Amino acid sequence: MNQTVKPASSGSSIIKTVGAIWSWLFLAFLIVVFEIWARLSFGQTFLFNLNSVQSILMATVQPLLLALGLTFVIIAGGIDLSVGFTVGLASVTAAQVMQSLNSSLPSGIGLALGIIAAILIAMIAGLVNGLLIARLNIPPFIGTLGMYGINRGVAFILAKGTTVPVDNPVNSALGNGSVLGIIPIPVLITLIIVVIMHYVLSQTKFGQYTYAIGGNKQAAQRAGINVERHTIGLYVLTAALAAVAGIIYTGRFTAGAAQAGEPTLLNAIAAVVIGGASLFGGEGKVVGTVIGALIIAVIEFGLVYINVSPFYQFIAVGAVIILSVLVDQSRRSVVGS
Amino acid sequence: MNPLIEMKNISLRFGGNQALSDVSINLYPGEVVGLLGHNGAGKSTLIKVLSGAYKSDSGQIFVEGSEVKINNPQDSQRHGIETIYQSLALADNLDAVANVFLGREKINGVVLDEDTMEIEARKVLDRLRVKIPSLRVPVSNMSGGQRQTVAIARAVYFKAKVLIMDEPTAALGPEETQKVGELIKALKAEGVGIFLISHDLHDVADLSDRLTVMKNGRVVGTVNTKDVSEDEVLGMIIAGTTPKHLANK
Ligand SMILES: Nc1ncnc2c1ncn2[C@@H]1O[C@H](COP(=O)(O)OP(=O)(O)OP(=O)(O)O)[C@@H](O)[C@H]1O
Ligand SMILES: [Mg+2]
Repeated sequence: MNQTVKPASSGSSIIKTVGAIWSWLFLAFLIVVFEIWARLSFGQTFLFNLNSVQSILMATVQPLLLALGLTFVIIAGGIDLSVGFTVGLASVTAAQVMQSLNSSLPSGIGLALGIIAAILIAMIAGLVNGLLIARLNIPPFIGTLGMYGINRGVAFILAKGTTVPVDNPVNSALGNGSVLGIIPIPVLITLIIVVIMHYVLSQTKFGQYTYAIGGNKQAAQRAGINVERHTIGLYVLTAALAAVAGIIYTGRFTAGAAQAGEPTLLNAIAAVVIGGASLFGGEGKVVGTVIGALIIAVIEFGLVYINVSPFYQFIAVGAVIILSVLVDQSRRSVVGS
Repeated sequence: MNPLIEMKNISLRFGGNQALSDVSINLYPGEVVGLLGHNGAGKSTLIKVLSGAYKSDSGQIFVEGSEVKINNPQDSQRHGIETIYQSLALADNLDAVANVFLGREKINGVVLDEDTMEIEARKVLDRLRVKIPSLRVPVSNMSGGQRQTVAIARAVYFKAKVLIMDEPTAALGPEETQKVGELIKALKAEGVGIFLISHDLHDVADLSDRLTVMKNGRVVGTVNTKDVSEDEVLGMIIAGTTPKHLANK
């Protein structure tokens, strides 16, 4: 009953420190291993090569955009399984709008309208998630699983079952261009969003309420926070970020596809978990999620780079998820409460 | 003098369960009113009507003489009524500063003004003469008493005129219970009116000026603490009848 904050012994403080920065260390470790491997096996550098860095960052874009929204949702004690197909829904919507306006409007305006339509339709999907969860009290896992199916179906119907090619040069530039030939535009967009999300989560009332709801929903409610509205906002935000991923996909592959985000959901959740967020809510950071997404991208790209069969990627990423949760648990048991 | 709070003829039914029938109760500045009664008597329900968690089916609430409508926790807070719950009052993952200001954060533009909030939180806690080593660790790492203090600091900072404490010491050890008792006396001295609910008759009798006993959703009676013996109060709780000579409205 009388537990006060105990001073940590030196041993446990090492575990605490390592626990807090283990994902950084692990990312550095991975890079070093791949670097040594690449040099020994093919006499080539892994990291000191613009192409590799760009590829890793491009591979990070989509899972990270999903993971950013999921970080908020997971901190608030929820989950969103529908985002993968929100990407596809947005991608197909953007493509259809651009294609239908192709002959009548300049490319730039076509793209702008495509983007607006994609974000709007995604936000509607997010709003439905939010209403199901916050107003009708459906568990997030179930509600968003239902929306996973609905988004998927609507996306394939809008795409008429195939991919929707887009013939719009500005769209293609958005997905494939780069700033000064160095920073790919999708990476730049993602970076800007990362900075904004980090700031929102750590410095604003919106972020504070997200943590409070995940920590103790009832206390948040009693403190006068509009939990329902905030929860709905979180799912809308997550869907809007998924739409950005869908728009980038459409630009990059100059086509809309319903399955644009399908394989990414698990990696996105993995990034959040590796980044230190608790699936029970109340904990997580944007920076952690970014590191988590980079770890996954480095593993996937690195294994390809050193010629390991791509199937090992799944095993490696799966192992890292489990490892990250174990590290987190041992850190918690040391910090104790 | 107008009472700080007057609840008149409050009734509330949950389905087939008449949780409150025709309950009237009042509270004066600087006064502690203890609410007693068996489990399920309606104590928590009554104060939840006042704190905006429930809406009564009928009845009136007056704050300093004027009638008010309390439809949600914000309404209640706006009238200077703060509630401290035995549990579930704090967000465990947030630190003391965040909990003191939860829902009413100080901001600088759109950014949380953490420095000001920390200074202000420290001031209130000092005023309550409570030692909390770090205001910047999650409150889950704090003792029960420290946590309860954070909840009270929250109420004090926002200048509560009325404090509702529903079993504030149920999870605390003897020392910490005593500490909360001291806090109650300090707040009372500052003119705060306090509704105190507890199962510990001893505690309540010690701190309260008046006692209101409830049974089956009705008020059995209200008495001045100094006029009654513990046995008489027990009689009211168990039998549900007030000795005529003690009745006091
Ligand atoms: N939200 C609710 N829905 C339905 N019935 C409720 C609700 N809240 C309370 N009740 C009922 O109202 C009655 C009064 O409950 P209340 O919690 O006010 O009792 P109490 O006096 O605080 O008891 P305790 O000492 O056990 O805390 C009980 O019969 C209870 O079951
Ligand atoms: Mg109760």
